[in-house]
Amino acid sequence: MSTAANRMTPFRISALAFGFAFLYIPILSLIVFSFNKSRLVTVWTGFSTEWYGRLFRNEQILNAAWLSLKIAAINATGAVILGTLAGLALARFGKFTGRTVFAGMTTAPLVMPEVITGLSLLLLFVAMDQVFGWPSGRGVTTITIAHMTLTMAYVTVIVQSRLSTLDDSLEEAAMDLGARPTKIFFLITLPIIAPALISGWLLAFTISLDDLVIASFVSGPGSSTLPMVIFSKVRLGVSPDINALASIMVLFVTVGVIIAGILMARQEKRRQRDMQMAAAGGK
Amino acid sequence: MNPRAAAESPRGQRHSAGIQLVLRVLQQFPPYRWTQARLLSWGVSGRTAVIAIPYFWLLLFFLVPFIIVLKISFAETQIAMPPYQPLLQWSGEKILQVKLNIGNFLYLVEDSLYWRAYLNSIKVAGISTLLCLLVGYPVAYAIARANTTWRNVLLMMVILPFWTSFLLRVYAWIGILKNNGLINNFLTWLGIIDQPIVMLQTDFAIYVGIVYSYLPFMILPLYSTLEKMDLTLLEAAADLGCRPFKAFMTITLPLSMPGVVAGAMLVFIPAVGEFVIPALLGGPESLMIGKVLWTEFFSNRDWPVASAVATALLLLLVVPIVLLQRAQGAEARGAHK
Repeated sequence: MSTAANRMTPFRISALAFGFAFLYIPILSLIVFSFNKSRLVTVWTGFSTEWYGRLFRNEQILNAAWLSLKIAAINATGAVILGTLAGLALARFGKFTGRTVFAGMTTAPLVMPEVITGLSLLLLFVAMDQVFGWPSGRGVTTITIAHMTLTMAYVTVIVQSRLSTLDDSLEEAAMDLGARPTKIFFLITLPIIAPALISGWLLAFTISLDDLVIASFVSGPGSSTLPMVIFSKVRLGVSPDINALASIMVLFVTVGVIIAGILMARQEKRRQRDMQMAAAGGK
Repeated sequence: MNPRAAAESPRGQRHSAGIQLVLRVLQQFPPYRWTQARLLSWGVSGRTAVIAIPYFWLLLFFLVPFIIVLKISFAETQIAMPPYQPLLQWSGEKILQVKLNIGNFLYLVEDSLYWRAYLNSIKVAGISTLLCLLVGYPVAYAIARANTTWRNVLLMMVILPFWTSFLLRVYAWIGILKNNGLINNFLTWLGIIDQPIVMLQTDFAIYVGIVYSYLPFMILPLYSTLEKMDLTLLEAAADLGCRPFKAFMTITLPLSMPGVVAGAMLVFIPAVGEFVIPALLGGPESLMIGKVLWTEFFSNRDWPVASAVATALLLLLVVPIVLLQRAQGAEARGAHK
């Protein structure tokens, strides 16, 4: 049905074209100039992959990348656990004492400027070190805790919104049949919201991998994350091996998004087929 | 896979079977049974645990830090580790001495650097939010009015840059805005200019950086509000002879206000405290409070003043944050109707 409101007017097409050009030209320029022969990142002098070679021989960047990946993975898993609990509480438990404070605390990290959360967490770790002796010195543990606190907010929002749109008739049916809440959660709810949990995991992973400010505040000597290394290089000026790094990350993300899109389309087709079969043969 | 099939699938059975097995084994142990009975008699159930675990995590790692920041903003600097004096000191037997030093806050008020930075940050964040709205609204509108197959692809394309590194995308703009960067080279090649336009290390570059980085945060709430809009209202207006532009101004725009507010807050609040964009794209004279806080902390090693700066910034942002929580609450309630 193509009403007047659904027409693709020239205004809309040009709005989309300009908007997406604005979004993608910087990314494309990063990729194009990662293959540039000269060091000047903005004058094309010839095709060369030497910057990729340089990148893979750069110990500092490789170590930082490995550290960042480890931290991001641990953080994402922890954030999903905490965020699922929080999202479940907010979506399903109705009013409980301290709900407003809880809701505020879970969504505030989303908008709070990172300099504030970074500074406050560092001060906390220093104070805890003085009083309890843990965490002694700052490093991987403190960065992971800080990132989990930040990213669990995102997972909470995702899980909460997914649970609030979920039809709970299946769970109610299970309760009528006598199943305990734990069993219901693990057997019924969890498989249904699994895609939301996966996207929450990926989101937490990406945010942790990319975080500069909080990591700078709470890291210690010897625990430099990838963004910290990139930032110190980039402050001094443009550097083509960073372009190479950027291109590799864009490649991973694009492949990941395409795979996710294909999987979701396939799942949608399967769901349609199941529904048809249920409607036709369910009698 | 439909939920019933998933629940009865071998995988679903194994998930729950594993947990059930663990719980059943634990039930064999009297200590576990005793603890469980005690907890239940106190009213602590599984439900409480679900709330308590994230609650205490956030209390400890989110709320308590702010209290500590507040406390240290009242402390004095000292050359030691940590570089501030303890606030509470036992002098004598039971007399608690509280040294409240409001000098840090007075320092903030007296030294013009700080309140100039606050005002400039609000100004820059405000202008960037407005520009972001102007760029993002047409895109969100066009996506919301596209047909369904295109919509998902377009949304995916809006979100894709968000998944790549924020730091690297800001870095990309250095190469574009430099004096011998992409834009200047292109314009020189076209013959439009002889001298490069200075764009990097100016407030303009910061605007571009903020608009670019936060655009998805503006588009998504706008899209979700516009998509829910009832199009028959526009049809009715057209039937009554209303011109499209007037229909937009009187119908679509007011109805999309919740999305506008949500998007604007999602951009404005973090933009005020931004550090990376002013550090990479701005110049030495672009005063942003995020940069000031960072310098105060890392270069000057003045933790009490940095804490005072952070406290003042937090107080500044309380109003927009409350606005955002209200807007989100209203949207959540609307979704439940």
